Amino acid sequence: MNIHEYQAKSLLRQYRVTTPRGEVVYTSKAAARVAEELGGQRWVVKAQIHAGGRGKAGGVKIGNSPAKIAEITDQMLGSTLVTAQTGPEGQRVSRVLVERASRIERVFYLSMVVDRDAQRIVVMASAQGGVDIEEVAAADPDAIHTEYIDPGVGLVDFQCRKVATAIGLGKKTTSFTRLLKRMYRLFRDLDCLMLEVNPFIETEDGELVALDAKMSFDDNALFRQGDVVELRDFDEEDPKEVEASGHGLNYIALDGSVGCIVNGAGLAMGTMDAIVHHGGRPANFLDVGGGASPEKIANAFRIVLQDPNVRAILVNIFAGINRCDWIAQGVVLALKQQGGSATKEATRDQEIGVPVIVRLAGTNVEEGRRILDESGLELIQAVDLDDAASKAVLAAEGVPA
Amino acid sequence: MSVFVDKDSKVIIQGFTGQHATFHAEEAMNTGTNVVGGITPGKGGSTHLGLPVFNSVAEAVQETGADVSGIFVPPAVATDSLLEAVDAGVDVAVIIADGVPVQDMVRTKRYLAGRSTRIIGPNSPGIITPGECKVGIMPSHIHMKGRVGVVSRSGTLNYEAVSQMTALGLGQSTCVGIGGDPVNGTDFKTVLQAFEGDDDTDVVVMIGEIGGQQEVAAASWASQYMSKPLVAFIAGVSAPRGRRMGHAGAVIAGESDTATAKLDAIEALGHRVVRNPADIGDTVLRAVKETGERAGTGAS
Repeated sequence: MNIHEYQAKSLLRQYRVTTPRGEVVYTSKAAARVAEELGGQRWVVKAQIHAGGRGKAGGVKIGNSPAKIAEITDQMLGSTLVTAQTGPEGQRVSRVLVERASRIERVFYLSMVVDRDAQRIVVMASAQGGVDIEEVAAADPDAIHTEYIDPGVGLVDFQCRKVATAIGLGKKTTSFTRLLKRMYRLFRDLDCLMLEVNPFIETEDGELVALDAKMSFDDNALFRQGDVVELRDFDEEDPKEVEASGHGLNYIALDGSVGCIVNGAGLAMGTMDAIVHHGGRPANFLDVGGGASPEKIANAFRIVLQDPNVRAILVNIFAGINRCDWIAQGVVLALKQQGGSATKEATRDQEIGVPVIVRLAGTNVEEGRRILDESGLELIQAVDLDDAASKAVLAAEGVPA
Repeated sequence: MSVFVDKDSKVIIQGFTGQHATFHAEEAMNTGTNVVGGITPGKGGSTHLGLPVFNSVAEAVQETGADVSGIFVPPAVATDSLLEAVDAGVDVAVIIADGVPVQDMVRTKRYLAGRSTRIIGPNSPGIITPGECKVGIMPSHIHMKGRVGVVSRSGTLNYEAVSQMTALGLGQSTCVGIGGDPVNGTDFKTVLQAFEGDDDTDVVVMIGEIGGQQEVAAASWASQYMSKPLVAFIAGVSAPRGRRMGHAGAVIAGESDTATAKLDAIEALGHRVVRNPADIGDTVLRAVKETGERAGTGAS
């Protein structure tokens, strides 16, 4: 789960990490008021969307009067920002962060992530801040200093001093150590997966400040992070994906024409790959998970069918913890709910509109096939993965089965 | 022989009296697994499925001599159960739960230092040595005793591969589900090392997916030290970048994380790769035949 910059900065302040003074606003009038209250001569307006790359896309602007701040805010609110990370459709801006501009002496890069290969939390820091860290890593890997944290003892002072020295903050080791340890406590306490401060700056007054902040949290740990869950912004997520997760389904929209309903994340990916192998393109990733009830399968159909690009639906179930008979009941329920009179007498156009290919294997497979056979529904049954993928691709192309 | 579990394994089940645990313990017992008891705190002293229930893993190990624990508890309490199993000193702890916080696993790996327990999972279908021992949720009937070692990050894709092999008459020595999480108890390389040392395994199949570099690291080890043929499939050729594909660990963070990049790297290391998941069984069959021809024995 990701959160907005202003939310991340608020969490940093709770852990006594310094950020610029500012406030999130939803109107231009409020933006001008905040600028006046903050005082000073220059302010920054930052569009609050989850995707990065805002600066280059015009989502970060500076103004030198409250009137100018109101004007910038007015332009940003309601606009659609297209950044390198949003995709071509962009993301609508519904709130902006107004901050007093900082007087920057030097910029740095600072982040923490859970490193899957080291199986530890790692600190990454660089004297090259404010730029895309992947570019730094590619051009000059030695410019990034890494420090792995032993979960048994936590982040130790000497490690902080090493990082400080490596990025040229050797004269500020005391305040840097304090800052880094506070960030680590936040990371650990709130089950972060990633915390990035880019840039992190030293001001002309010698203060260390988090000028930007990006955080993502472990979805698996949200059950014990009630305060973090409150920060979720559904406007930043695909409505179909939100609806699917409400039904316990894992759905990701893609741009092909073969809708997929599969159990298990690995098989769901494998099914997509088999479709691609046969020259088709999957319309989505969908994992119905373990213990899928008939209702869950019916919901999966409804969500997949909301995508207007879907020309065929492939149901691929290898039941272990699942049961094929329940899956089959779900398919029947879905087609009867969606299509009304979805019987063999009706033509495909009067049914759910697209052909359905079903491949069942594993627990209670005979019973599952019997339910489908006796349902009177016009379904294309497949014997194995290859058969299923090839039939689905042909069906999506409009070739009669 | 086989790896990690066999007919001599004495299995206990944590969360024993729960619905899923009961279902899968019964299924395991029906297919030859030696389940000797289980743990449900507060229900110690009673019996379940005709077996003793204990309040703690330590007590169960002491009373039954169990050396393998299957952990069937919800993700929020899974780490607690896992650490208890490690503390009790079981040789193998299999953790099924999908949804264990990743930092819990980071701490668990640290806790393991200096201890001997092998953790399989989390987010795993478990482990099965067909006909001898099953600790997990996989359907037993698709498996067949044989000489192909299988290791996978995914459950259902593991079933898919196994059923393709069984249909071709290729049995399995042991199938290990290492789980779909980014930080797991046992990695691919460790399982390949175990299969290399197993007299009952001739060929090894590795089924990976997008995200991380574990598969390539394992293949790299295999190209230097493994004498047995390795067949690899990586799921997610069609997966978009930056999205978590169901499994917590399945997300493409950089170019080298993609399925295609990993398949190419593994192929360049001299191993067989499968590009279409429907071809896993056929590819293994070819590897088995060639091994048999090279050895001049005709592997069974």
